[in-house]
Amino acid sequence: MSPESDSGTGEPPMEAARYTDGSITYPPHPLGPGGTERTGTVDLSEHTATVVTWTTSTATPPGVREPNHLAIVEFDIEGESVRALGQLTTDEIDIGDDVKPVYAEELRDPEAGIREPASQEWDGYRFEPID
Amino acid sequence: MSTNVAVIGASMTQFGQREAWIQGLLAEAGAACLDDAGVAPDAVEHLYVSNMASGEFEGQTGVPNALAHDLDCLPAYTQRVDQTSSSGGAGMYAAWQSVASGASEMTLLVGGEKMTHRSTGEATDVIASLTHPVEYKHGVTLPSFAGLTARRYLDRYDAPRESLGKVAVKNHRNGVDNPHAQFQKEVDLDTVLESPVVADPLRLYDFCPITDGSAALMFCPESVAKEYTDEYALVSGVGGATDTHVVHERAEPTVMGGVVESGKEAYEMSGYGPEDIDVAELHDMFTILEFLQMEGLDFAEQGAAWELIEEGTTEHDGELPINTSGGLKSKGHPLGASGVAQGYEIYKQVLGEAGPRQVDADVGLACNVGGFGNCVITTILEAGA
Repeated sequence: MSPESDSGTGEPPMEAARYTDGSITYPPHPLGPGGTERTGTVDLSEHTATVVTWTTSTATPPGVREPNHLAIVEFDIEGESVRALGQLTTDEIDIGDDVKPVYAEELRDPEAGIREPASQEWDGYRFEPID
Repeated sequence: MSTNVAVIGASMTQFGQREAWIQGLLAEAGAACLDDAGVAPDAVEHLYVSNMASGEFEGQTGVPNALAHDLDCLPAYTQRVDQTSSSGGAGMYAAWQSVASGASEMTLLVGGEKMTHRSTGEATDVIASLTHPVEYKHGVTLPSFAGLTARRYLDRYDAPRESLGKVAVKNHRNGVDNPHAQFQKEVDLDTVLESPVVADPLRLYDFCPITDGSAALMFCPESVAKEYTDEYALVSGVGGATDTHVVHERAEPTVMGGVVESGKEAYEMSGYGPEDIDVAELHDMFTILEFLQMEGLDFAEQGAAWELIEEGTTEHDGELPINTSGGLKSKGHPLGASGVAQGYEIYKQVLGEAGPRQVDADVGLACNVGGFGNCVITTILEAGA
């Protein structure tokens, strides 16, 4: 079971890892850049991000919404940048736009694809433009 | 000093929609390569099979064993090489290692994949299964990585969208002269630019097709090669490198670190630099990848590869012809076969046996990309003395 965030929403965190050299990665890895140890986690769902690039995928695999709007976004966490990839809530978007993570219980149908449903989580965060 | 490794034979099957399944495709290319090299099956000491996903596509595993039996290469040591889309290049690396180390005096490499019996969505999902769980759950596909990267490239380097379309036009034109290509048909720029959107800003003709096919190469020490033929190629350099599994964690989305690092290794081993390469086969699974590899391999400055296609440098009659075979774009991309088929084209080019595709080439380079730059193998071949 995923740990709950401290945001009080009951939604799980968008968990990134922080390492001894100060760097942050999403997703977390057992070891950080240069083999550094993990020192803690950061909940990215509490932060906003900027769109680095985006696409609309129209040829999607089984169980994936079509069209599927996707973006790579960049968070600035106290001067440390960390990127994430995720679905967009809209294609009304541009490079450089600010977005916020919004929770979705199921990003694709776990039963439809090739990957074993129990092998990973299927909920997560989409990115929504900030007006 | 390690042994000089020669390539003494090559083959590839017709690429496209084939009735044969994986075992038959591999046997077709393997038998043709034995014949081309003039090597008896029982002379093969190591047999490598490059294949990404015969289990997932077809429910057939253990294919190296099956191939060894079908070709009567028993009791050769067999091994499957899986490095997703760069399985073929990784197979060349493994075959080179087997001979250079002295472990084998005759190594047959066969790459192949059977894909077209699956729907586009299913095949896309098998390939996308290489992604990290945090990517996969969002429905990310390899084409969508290409769309994300192409938008960034066009925006960052102020490159015209048409330049990507010209890669497709060039490679389709080259494919007309390749009898093994899936598409032996020219397309014009308007057709490319008006084709349906697949991963905005990229369209259908920016992408390679789904393909069945197989290709093979025969490796041995140069001293052994001379017993078989006067016409052989040498593996001058080979390098392999790995980049992040999670694509968005790379410092700059338009730089493929695996291309840069594998290229450096191959250049250093061969003693050649980018200026010495006469012809190159690059992994144009998506048009944008041709630019990223041209830049990663130092054929162009960062952000400037698009200018070379505009100038005609990479055309068949240009200063550095790229993808004379038609590339993955028109030849097709049977995953495990593609890197081997790149080797087939460079082998034919440096031996002067490429027919209507022939360019003036003594030294050629192949770059085979797995995942979205996750694993990359760069190989340099030259004509043997």
